[in-house]
Amino acid sequence: MRIEQHPIIETYQKGREVSFVFDGQQITGCEGESIAAALHAAGVMTHRYTARQHKPRGIFCAIGRCTDCVMIVNGQPNVRTCITPLEQGMVVQTQYGVQTQEEWEADHE
Amino acid sequence: MKRYEMIIVGAGPAGLSAAIEAAALGMDVAVFDENARPGGQLFKQIHKFFGSKEHHAKERGFRIGEDLLKQAEETGVHVFLNATVMGIYDEKEVMVKMDGQVVHYKADTVIIATGAAENMIPFKGWDTPGVIGAGAAQALMNLQGVMPGKRVLMVGSGNVGLVVSFQLLQAGCEVAAVIDAAPRIGGYGVHASKVARTGVPFMTRHTVVEALGTDRVEGAVIAEVDSHFQPIPGTEKTLDVDTICIAVGLSPMSQLADSAGCQMEFAPRRGGNVPVVDEFGETSVRGVYCAGDVAGIEEASSAMLLGRISAAHAAVSLGYLDQESFDQRVSSYHASLGQLREGMFAPQNRGRTDITQTDEGFAISQSLLAHGYVTEEELKAFPAAATGKKGIHPVIECTQNIPCDPCQDACKFGCIKVGSNITKLPVVDPDHTCSGCGMCVACCSGQAIFLVDETYEPGFATVGIPYEFVPYPEPGSKGTALDRSGAPVCEAEVISCKAARAMDKTALLTMKVPVEFASTARFYQA
Repeated sequence: MRIEQHPIIETYQKGREVSFVFDGQQITGCEGESIAAALHAAGVMTHRYTARQHKPRGIFCAIGRCTDCVMIVNGQPNVRTCITPLEQGMVVQTQYGVQTQEEWEADHE
Repeated sequence: MKRYEMIIVGAGPAGLSAAIEAAALGMDVAVFDENARPGGQLFKQIHKFFGSKEHHAKERGFRIGEDLLKQAEETGVHVFLNATVMGIYDEKEVMVKMDGQVVHYKADTVIIATGAAENMIPFKGWDTPGVIGAGAAQALMNLQGVMPGKRVLMVGSGNVGLVVSFQLLQAGCEVAAVIDAAPRIGGYGVHASKVARTGVPFMTRHTVVEALGTDRVEGAVIAEVDSHFQPIPGTEKTLDVDTICIAVGLSPMSQLADSAGCQMEFAPRRGGNVPVVDEFGETSVRGVYCAGDVAGIEEASSAMLLGRISAAHAAVSLGYLDQESFDQRVSSYHASLGQLREGMFAPQNRGRTDITQTDEGFAISQSLLAHGYVTEEELKAFPAAATGKKGIHPVIECTQNIPCDPCQDACKFGCIKVGSNITKLPVVDPDHTCSGCGMCVACCSGQAIFLVDETYEPGFATVGIPYEFVPYPEPGSKGTALDRSGAPVCEAEVISCKAARAMDKTALLTMKVPVEFASTARFYQA
């Protein structure tokens, strides 16, 4: 959920509304905000599933250190979504291990 | 290989201050930071800082950050962002990864100002989405404008946990509770009090034992702990929360110093594994300094001074500053740093539980340490908190020796005195008349000053409180006055709620309450 009115902060440093694709679904966010923030505002909590135990992971440190929030962005896996600015038309996918869901499922059949 | 007279790793408060100091003395300075934005964690800090004027007291952290960036630009500091320093080698060769390439630089002096990382505690389900660090909560709400969750459990009552709890409330989130495994609240009492009076419960001797939910947090199980910090079976309670926020301390990010060959030591009071440094922050490797949290966890205000001290020492070693000017400059920095390192929360007092009195000899509130607020009975020991006077007057509920003095400059009539030792408790001067302007209320970074007028109307008093929430209630609107613990005590009518520009968004909310609640009502709930 986005903060509509804040007692201290007048404006957040972010740009126009843009649309991007998350797991095949069109979502809107603000240009320049982190991909993670846009997803969080849209209610997305799970960014990836771990390789061995297949456990969900989401935002943890939000400053680019812990790598829990990595996802596949424009086809590239392991992108730290908490520090990667959102751009119009980005394709963001939940990461399974280091693969897409399709690749992971094909490997685990 | 490009050479700089000073290379600084980290563009946070320590690194930027060092850069400004050195560049202003004529040195050619480069700062590398792995982040896309400079400022370290300063831009997440929306609360007013403590200290004195020279420490930027009563300025909000992000404003200090803006100011540092401006000064860095004016002094000609080269700031490289998205630039990760991978190692510091012999003869101060610095290896940096930027734009997908590895670039080597040569430095005459190096200042490592890499800051700190958050500590974590393991518990069942700690890796579930919705368990986040306090820094993550700040990044989401204060930088990105997104609420971290609807209802949050805060684990940890140090200053970070307390400040972030308040910021969560400001962002519109609910805080279900602030818990701490220690028997007492770790951070400043005033930070705890501003959270407690909104109705957030504090639970010391409690820890989180489980995050419920599989794909996201759907609750938290907390339990009481014994004297060895082990959960006591049978004391579990389930809290309905969607977010668990962890604020259990910081550890210096000293790996770069270690790998650069600096002698290290384990110093629990400084936060863990830290480089051995002298009074100027110089490590065992000559010309390599560590400044700020990397050399020992403190506040950003101290980090800024430590950065300047290291930079001045580097400057004198390279001949950019003569010995006499250096001595003068650094002794004033050290004096300023000394002011911040006084009082019961000073680094040397970390972990002490035997401080039972203030420097003035007043009994420290046990309720404050356990529940986050001072009881009315305990407040009677503090003269500045006295009510029962004629006309409007400040009531200062500042009961711990913390380094802070903006209240004494705030009153242009000289009502409030702290003196030159800024950890002293403020004194209200009975010979001066309060105009009711509210500047002291807004200037107190701890939001511990109230304006009380018990002779407002027959049977009614006004209580002016610091208010940093939106929307501001309209004059004439009616709500509930809460006491220091957040419990409702009586009906309150808003007389006014406004923030002059100089009050920097801390509004003075004046509410009318029955006179018997003049010393009880301390928060307004619409």
